[in-house]
Amino acid sequence: MASTTPQAQPAARGPRGFWMRASTLSDRALAWLCIAPTIALLLAINIFPLLWTIYLSFTNYRANQPGREIKWVGLKNYKRILGSEDIWGYMQTTASFVCTTMIIQTALGLGLALLINRNFRGHGFWTTVILIPMMLTPAVVGTFWTYIYQPQTGIFSYIVNFFADVGPLDMIGSVAMAPWAIVIVDTWMWTPYIMLLCLAGLRSIPPYLYEAAEIDRANAWQKFRYITLPRIMPFLMLAVLFRGMENVKMFDMVVELTSGGPGSVTELASINLKREAFEKWKTGYSSAFAVILFVTVFGLGSIYVKALNRVKS
Amino acid sequence: MTIDNANTNGAGRKRRGWVRRGPCETAAAVLIVAGIAMMMQPFSMLLYGYSFVTILTGTLGFVVVSHFPK
Repeated sequence: MASTTPQAQPAARGPRGFWMRASTLSDRALAWLCIAPTIALLLAINIFPLLWTIYLSFTNYRANQPGREIKWVGLKNYKRILGSEDIWGYMQTTASFVCTTMIIQTALGLGLALLINRNFRGHGFWTTVILIPMMLTPAVVGTFWTYIYQPQTGIFSYIVNFFADVGPLDMIGSVAMAPWAIVIVDTWMWTPYIMLLCLAGLRSIPPYLYEAAEIDRANAWQKFRYITLPRIMPFLMLAVLFRGMENVKMFDMVVELTSGGPGSVTELASINLKREAFEKWKTGYSSAFAVILFVTVFGLGSIYVKALNRVKS
Repeated sequence: MTIDNANTNGAGRKRRGWVRRGPCETAAAVLIVAGIAMMMQPFSMLLYGYSFVTILTGTLGFVVVSHFPK
């Protein structure tokens, strides 16, 4: 008996033993075992950096001086941000950019979806063509739109001058036009995304609802108001939520297009955050700024999800 | 004894009624929206200064009350 035990132990430690032990686990334990790597990865990639950023926001840490003593400064960074007129201005620029793009993109996206939803020749081809801008990288889009916006050689100036003789149109260099330049590019790029989600909503509406509405002699507006709009509202709200959150964080495309200029007319909060963090190396200060932006987006997202659930129900 | 019990039950019922998720969530959502409006408005620096506290209170409140019973 004593001689068999040492031989049995190595066998139990091998892969066969592992599977034997695993087969005796409860469903709950097995589920935890399967999701444990994902949870560990999530903690390492998402939760730890978030907590570390919150900690740094209360310090005077500078990432370019790692040997420097880290001093706890309490709420000083937050007070400086919330007392800065410049940051206040960047917040207004961001709000203006987000609101303008969301209104235009939602209207155009919904309109395009209603058009594309009709059966016509080449419908699949045009859907693909419309979706192309969405598939491009924002940095690439920003770079090639700087060429399109060139006042002397750019096609944008040429097209505008074809219809209205206004001379060379400097979209990026003009204080009045630069905000519209980034709005136009963002709309060009992301309207297809809203269209795609609206199209999914439109395709999910059963045709018998329209047939019933026709029997009741409903006109086109009534069909849209009482059938189409309520049915696609959750999809539309989801699209606006995603785009709104992305636009608050908008960075790469605007940096490539205007770099926040001329002056600071198009300097969004995220662009200023990057300047503070990686040009001035005020890591503690920029961490506080990042936390403020995060809480704002998180709060907005929370109430939006609540509204979405209400619409769905 | 009976009267005491009735009072206690009544108070408990009242408290449970107040702690319902719906109104608390609405209040927290109003705080968040007000905070965001304060942060993005172009009129008063004072409002901007208090915007983050308002949003943070609303957001934390929202997270807490979303675990309340319906």
